Amino acid sequence: MSKYVILRKRHLSYLFDKKALWVITILFVVLMFAALVSMGMGQMAIHPLDVLKALFGYGTEMERLVVTSFRLPRIMLAILAGAALAVSGAILQGIIRNPLASPDIIGITGGASVAVVTFFTLFSDRSNALTVSINWLPLAAFLGAFLIGFLVYILAWKEGVSPLRLVLIGIGLAAAMKALTTLMMILGPIYRATEANIWITGSVHGTNWREVLTLLPWVLAMGVLALVRTRHLNVQELGDEVGKGVGSAIQKERLILLTLSTALAGGAVAFAGGIGFVGLMAPHMARRLVGSAYGVLIPVSALMGGLIVLLADLAARTLFAPLEVPAGVFTAAIGAPYFIYLLFRQRQH
Amino acid sequence: MPGILQSQYSKCLGLFIAAVLVVILIGCSIVYGLTEISWGMAYEAFTQYNGSNEHIIVQQNRLPRALIAAAVGASLAVAGALLQGITRNPLADPSIFGINAGAGFAIVVAVSVFSTTSLTAFTWIAFAGAAFSAVVVYILGSAGRDGLTPIKLTLAGAAMAALFSSLTQGLLVLNERALEEVLFWLAGSVEGRKLEALITVLPYMLGGWTGALLLAPKMNALHLGDDVARGLGQKVWLVKGMAVLLVVLLAGGSVAVAGPILFVGLVIPHIARGLVGVDYRWLLPYCAFLGAMLLLAADIAARYVIMPGEVPVGVMTALIGTPFLIYLARKGIR
Repeated sequence: MSKYVILRKRHLSYLFDKKALWVITILFVVLMFAALVSMGMGQMAIHPLDVLKALFGYGTEMERLVVTSFRLPRIMLAILAGAALAVSGAILQGIIRNPLASPDIIGITGGASVAVVTFFTLFSDRSNALTVSINWLPLAAFLGAFLIGFLVYILAWKEGVSPLRLVLIGIGLAAAMKALTTLMMILGPIYRATEANIWITGSVHGTNWREVLTLLPWVLAMGVLALVRTRHLNVQELGDEVGKGVGSAIQKERLILLTLSTALAGGAVAFAGGIGFVGLMAPHMARRLVGSAYGVLIPVSALMGGLIVLLADLAARTLFAPLEVPAGVFTAAIGAPYFIYLLFRQRQH
Repeated sequence: MPGILQSQYSKCLGLFIAAVLVVILIGCSIVYGLTEISWGMAYEAFTQYNGSNEHIIVQQNRLPRALIAAAVGASLAVAGALLQGITRNPLADPSIFGINAGAGFAIVVAVSVFSTTSLTAFTWIAFAGAAFSAVVVYILGSAGRDGLTPIKLTLAGAAMAALFSSLTQGLLVLNERALEEVLFWLAGSVEGRKLEALITVLPYMLGGWTGALLLAPKMNALHLGDDVARGLGQKVWLVKGMAVLLVVLLAGGSVAVAGPILFVGLVIPHIARGLVGVDYRWLLPYCAFLGAMLLLAADIAARYVIMPGEVPVGVMTALIGTPFLIYLARKGIR
């Protein structure tokens, strides 16, 4: 018996470590279990079995309402946003060839933040009521994220895009975006600043089904595209010289991958705000589990990211109840020490 | 790398001109703004104070503001030059290394958790927070097998900044009143700051400036590389440690008075190097004067952008600094 399961078609090639398949299965089960437990926790505690019942249409009406209308969409959004951020981070780390890169550090999240604060500033009247529907907010955030991703790419272009330039320019733009965000918050009334601040920190509070159903197809489509391009990602990790040597159109693939990464991160921040450090942490943990072949790294990262945000959200709504803390506070609180640990043991630059 | 100014004479002259420009800009900072004040009236405010509105504005508002801008600009630029020297990272800057965010976090904790309101306490807490994160980032950046690499240090700083700012945001979400109090401070501004705030930190800034000048010859040796410096009989770790301490004094003091002001420490050392080269004995004084000039000018400009409102000067420097950072990144770093 071979150690691998091999899948090869004209445009695809995957090498699945059998161990990785196990990891994926176990992670999936853990994720489902965590979701079930999370659905039962909160103001109104429900036993996991009753949650299951409620999901399948049994149980009391109250339980059904709480589970399917309030908690399930929120949990699904948490998982989707986490998965999208994680895959985005995994792709970015491959392109930049540095395991410390992530969509929030290179300014993609910052771009979305500016867009959101601008949205609040432009479209509210004197009495602070929004003059357009709040439903447009995700679109604004998404455009902001995309614009910055694009800008970073353009500015880093100089006879090709080098990973180092990409990071440095990203960090610079992230700082500028932060300054702009603060400026916008100061210019507006304090009420609006609070509103924007909750969003910027990242929260899945108050999610409804419509949001989940908008994000779901987007993340699925981008995720599948990312999977299709994994072999180019594997090549990117080897560096420009080797990449050219094996006949990969390095620059073209870099653009495509960067677009995918931005699209995923943009989608996530559009609905869940600036949840930090997930794009950094999840791919790392995944790499520890299954190694760095992207065919398995991407699904494992996605599951890991979903689990992280799910747990962060659970902590956010239960630890300080009845106060709601943005989930982003918790991802930062675990993410930063993890990052420090990574810095200590990092070998290559 | 030789600068534009080659001879001893031209360097002295340049320094003199820079000093004069700083004084002129302080004057402009006192005179220009929403309330127009004539030069004569500003002069009278000091010689024959009569308690008129204009005189009060000059003494209570404009003068402290100008002096704080000058002191903070000078301190940040010198801190940046020292950081760039010891880390060999041309992109080093107190704000990029998360020092500001650390101070901001400390302030927000103080306001929201301990309900601090006293100005002196504010100053000290910011100072401590800045010092703490400076040390953490430096230790982080130099840890690991290959020691300090520019990209590692930059990422370490960016991540620490991200950490502190998300924790800050988290606290602010929980405590709206704190948001109101610290939001303006968090943007970095010299407006509305009291002279006492400057006087509290001035001894440390003075210590930082003097210390930096005394350390300049050692920094020159360090510039040749750790091995060469060691060969010349220098205790490299001691010099680096001293320099970090000075950065903490300078950047911490600045953040305590004016909040996080971005990129002054990044931009100015590059300009100063272009003028006088890498000799730290010249470089540091030039940084001090140019830094003061930049912040004074940015602060004056900040009053006119959205008149009658004001842009925090920290936002102005960020907008000036970002293109510069992009330029440096495109030019390529070692």
